[in-house]
Amino acid sequence: MNVSTRLFGLTLVFVLLAVFKPGKAHAQIDVFDFETPEQEQRYRQLSNDFRCPMCQNANLSSSPGGVASDLRREIYRMIMEGQTDAQIEEFMLARYGDFILYRPRLTAQTLLLWFGPIMFLLAGAWVARNIIRNSGMKKFNHNRAEADASINQDTYVVADIVISDEERRRLNRLLAEHDDSAHNQDNTGR
Amino acid sequence: MNNFKLFLPVIIFMVLAVFMWRGLYMDSRTLPSVLIDRPLPEFQLRSLELGDQLVSTADLPDGPFILNIWGSYCLPCLQENPIFMAAKEQNVIPIIGLNYKDRDEAARDWLELNGNPFELNIIDDTGRYGIDLGVYGAPETFLVDADRVIRFKHIGVINYRIWEDEIMPAIAAVQAGGSS
Repeated sequence: MNVSTRLFGLTLVFVLLAVFKPGKAHAQIDVFDFETPEQEQRYRQLSNDFRCPMCQNANLSSSPGGVASDLRREIYRMIMEGQTDAQIEEFMLARYGDFILYRPRLTAQTLLLWFGPIMFLLAGAWVARNIIRNSGMKKFNHNRAEADASINQDTYVVADIVISDEERRRLNRLLAEHDDSAHNQDNTGR
Repeated sequence: MNNFKLFLPVIIFMVLAVFMWRGLYMDSRTLPSVLIDRPLPEFQLRSLELGDQLVSTADLPDGPFILNIWGSYCLPCLQENPIFMAAKEQNVIPIIGLNYKDRDEAARDWLELNGNPFELNIIDDTGRYGIDLGVYGAPETFLVDADRVIRFKHIGVINYRIWEDEIMPAIAAVQAGGSS
């Protein structure tokens, strides 16, 4: 095994470690006893859905913060008391406000948050459409028509017309001249 | 129309710049409290002063008071303690402590060492009452009016500037509201 193969192997290991970081964002381990798997499932779901008010960029299940473990304990208590997910969410909202939700509710205040990205996407699509329109046939035709008003735009629709070699040569010559004059006019006209 | 198009990038830049400039000075760590203008939640808790005898909202001062969330482990609480001591000396407003997620002995030692500005120290060792208050870490400071309604909240340490510029006006407003 030569040096470069070793180096390659080593690099590969580091890259793989970087991509598949072991133990990334694992949940905090709580010792709660549930009566049914469904309760445990709800507990996991809820502590994933609520945001830790202290750590801010972590949900309750991945946050080691003091208040996060308190809130997980409260979720557990409410599940065992038979409260619904909606009731638990209400409990959290009444104390910590919208911040606690990773999925904000749809209210007048959060309208922009929900639909802002779609608005930007539509605006982008509109701009792209205009650019494509302006740079395509329209501009080409426009320049032609401006350069020589005597040539009708229909002239360029030649798909159905069979022309002889002599005619083709003449056409090319005309087009070349025409291109030159259009070009000159472009430069001087501005 | 063409002129407008010409200036569109500049306009977009300016709008973005204004938002981002404001964002630079926004504090995303302090959350707006949903408890402002809501009644102080009920509690039945022990206190540092009264041993095993439980205290409730009935044991709180009749008029407006400050409720300060503190812990002996909390360095900013130590920083703001002199301000509360001075306020106590000058009889500005009664100050109630909520000893949050702490050990009783550690809390008593801390008060003895650093001074006790609190009329009463409610013990919330589990942090359960803190949840009802929307607390997420000491120090936090509530201002409660004579009707037991939360009127103001400050998250984090209180320094002299914050005390003068924010807390004192809030206290004045609450005290004026109570007497009228």
